[in-house]
Amino acid sequence: MAKIIIDPVTRIEGHLKIEAVTENGEIKEARSTGTLFRGIELILQGRDPRDAQRYVQRICGVCPTSHSMAATLNLDSAFGIADKIPGNGRLLRNLILGAAHIADHILHFYHLCALDYVDITKVASYQGNDSTLNSIKTFIERGELGPFVPRYEGDYRLSDEANRQAVAHYVEAFHMRRKGQEMLSIFGGKMPHNCAIMPGGVTEVPTVDKITAFLWRLNELRDFIDNIYIPDVLMVAEAYSDYFEIGKGCGNLLSYGSFDLDIKEKDLTKRQRILKQGTVSTDLKLGELDTSKIAEYVKHSWYADYGNGRHPAEGETNPKPGKAGAYSWIKSPRYDGKVYEVGPLARMAVTYASGAPEVKDLIDSVLSRFKAPPSVLFSTLGRHAARALYTKLVADTMPEWLLQLKPGEPVCVDYEIPEEATGMGLVDAARGALGHWIEIKDKKIANYQCVVPSTWNLCPRDDQGQPGPVEQALTGTKIKDETNPFEIVRIIRSFDPCLACAVHLITPKGKDMGRFQVC
Amino acid sequence: MANAKNSEIPVVWLQCATCTGCSVSVLNSVSPTIKNVLIDEVIPGKHVNLRFHATVMAGAGNIVIEELKETARRKKGNYILVVEGAIPTKGNAADYGSIGEDDGREISMLDRVASLASDALAVVALGTCAAFGGIAAGEPNPAGCIGVGELFRRNNISTPLINIPGCPPHPDWFVGTLARVLLLGLPKPDELDEHKRPRAFYGQLIHENCPRRAYFEEGKFAKKFGDPGCLNELGCKGPVTYADCPLRLWNGGVNWCIGSGSPCIGCVEPGFPDLLAPFYEKLTEDALPNIGSSREEV
Repeated sequence: MAKIIIDPVTRIEGHLKIEAVTENGEIKEARSTGTLFRGIELILQGRDPRDAQRYVQRICGVCPTSHSMAATLNLDSAFGIADKIPGNGRLLRNLILGAAHIADHILHFYHLCALDYVDITKVASYQGNDSTLNSIKTFIERGELGPFVPRYEGDYRLSDEANRQAVAHYVEAFHMRRKGQEMLSIFGGKMPHNCAIMPGGVTEVPTVDKITAFLWRLNELRDFIDNIYIPDVLMVAEAYSDYFEIGKGCGNLLSYGSFDLDIKEKDLTKRQRILKQGTVSTDLKLGELDTSKIAEYVKHSWYADYGNGRHPAEGETNPKPGKAGAYSWIKSPRYDGKVYEVGPLARMAVTYASGAPEVKDLIDSVLSRFKAPPSVLFSTLGRHAARALYTKLVADTMPEWLLQLKPGEPVCVDYEIPEEATGMGLVDAARGALGHWIEIKDKKIANYQCVVPSTWNLCPRDDQGQPGPVEQALTGTKIKDETNPFEIVRIIRSFDPCLACAVHLITPKGKDMGRFQVC
Repeated sequence: MANAKNSEIPVVWLQCATCTGCSVSVLNSVSPTIKNVLIDEVIPGKHVNLRFHATVMAGAGNIVIEELKETARRKKGNYILVVEGAIPTKGNAADYGSIGEDDGREISMLDRVASLASDALAVVALGTCAAFGGIAAGEPNPAGCIGVGELFRRNNISTPLINIPGCPPHPDWFVGTLARVLLLGLPKPDELDEHKRPRAFYGQLIHENCPRRAYFEEGKFAKKFGDPGCLNELGCKGPVTYADCPLRLWNGGVNWCIGSGSPCIGCVEPGFPDLLAPFYEKLTEDALPNIGSSREEV
């Protein structure tokens, strides 16, 4: 038995440590630990409910917009105005959220993942006239290679030409993700941490010049998605095609859906959305979403045992550092008692299973290119492909919303803060299913709970001993070179972990229990 | 060919109790772009050498921690330490936040910042959390978070400190401060205000330069969101907040908070968030300073 410890795992959001026990080069057991605690939910207690969307965005500066959406849906429901949001308010929220997801997914593929597949140092041998590549060559010749070296070495497979192109795209993607945030800010005010989304609708009013400014940034991004992002994902998939078999995960997917098509239906599990709510497993049969089936377990988390799973609205957080058998501060959310993965793959697969023709066409076109069955979607590369196709789907849908905006008409409705109320907000964040729950007493926040995508994906074992999705995806993986464990970081990063989200409430990280030896 | 005259400024960027929003904001820099900052001579003949940044760097695990320690040894007294996020101090600080391991032992954010800050040329506390505690230190401050200045006071660290608050800070505030150091060296003491913020960026009240100021003077106040008018009655904290947002604008100049009809929440101020909340309630009269007076008079 040997152990691989990666602390910190980088190029993710936040602070993560991974321990993998290997035998004969194969991972037998994997454990993930968040290494930061802040406690935003505790900070929210006693505050003005309207401020929630401002605080929760500070859970995560990479995906704040998704938190602002979940919070405002949550507050809309608590304030009794979920079905009263003006058309402009709904559309602007969709556009702001869509812009966030586009920028976020470009950032994820290029700036968080690409360096696992692309060797920037190969540009040293470049002989040509491309100014970007020549500037990188000059950078390499200066001899200080931070932040690109040190790194894992040995498994960079792209041809020199493909590699150079990918490096140029890595740089271009910096500009494109920035443009995505500019686009967002046209209606969102600023990024990170937009200020326009709020209960009742939004604060920004659409005008023709803003619509046009948004549209032409969107057109530029769509061009990048179609002609660079998706082809690059496919190019990586061809060179690293074994990753269609690596990092499979638990085989169950859960989506809350996103992008409201209307707001008549108050029940967010049934609201008409572009991306659908529901569950699928490897058979790709659609299951109906029932939030009463969500429960969080703590047998292997450092909290006092409460016997069985608890629904998040009745969640309890009673820290017990050093509890026997526990190894994480993250709770284990389960759906119908089973382990579920969330993320772009989940929402695309659920929407695929619902029969939506545009999603079927997108996914089937990639599957036919690789002459592969849908089962390959459950993999490291499947997650990257689904994320890129999702980005295209959203970007291609956004022009319709822009044209439906009505300058001069209201963007939000008035409301009263109730003395007492409860609420629930569900939306698919960039990284997957995001749920917020609120309890209001005396017009103040009495309790606020978030169950976030990275809690689903990075959770520990539950009361039944079932490992979490990332733990399952790592287990059984063969590591070619234990000093350069590419396989581990490639699998982890395909989930796009967001630790600031996963540990938003997680109480302090416990002491090293001394159970493991560093190898 | 390598330029013999080229000089570098090594940068070590530590993320503590943060949401990573400050890093994302700096990625939004327009001129120079983040590529210019990371790859090119950001000032002719001078370039940034980013040695450690957990969200950007290629490596992971022990090799990057060794690189961090090696940089501190090799570049002692010459590197700029950027701290993003507050520093947890509660209990055994490593329980609440650690960055990597030394010899199999997790090292707290507190210890990492303290040891790297002592040997730095200067420390930039980037964002309101790093400068003053910020959101992470909001009541009841569950992790006992503090800003870098408070850490310096407690540990008698005297390395020059520059605070660039904001939740998040504007990329120009950071890049402009970096350029100041590259061009002319560290800022002189009178270039910073009493909260160690560069006056160039934090010298005037939002309210002084607000395009909605005329509404305020005429007593035209927005009563609900989406209305024209001064946002004072919807809770705007522009009258007590020092930053150049109304002149600089955000995200390539496309918009800013008040521009989108949303009140300023005072995110650059030392009292953020507790003294600025509730965000959508009108400032009380006693909180209103003399509009337009200098910060010392306020």
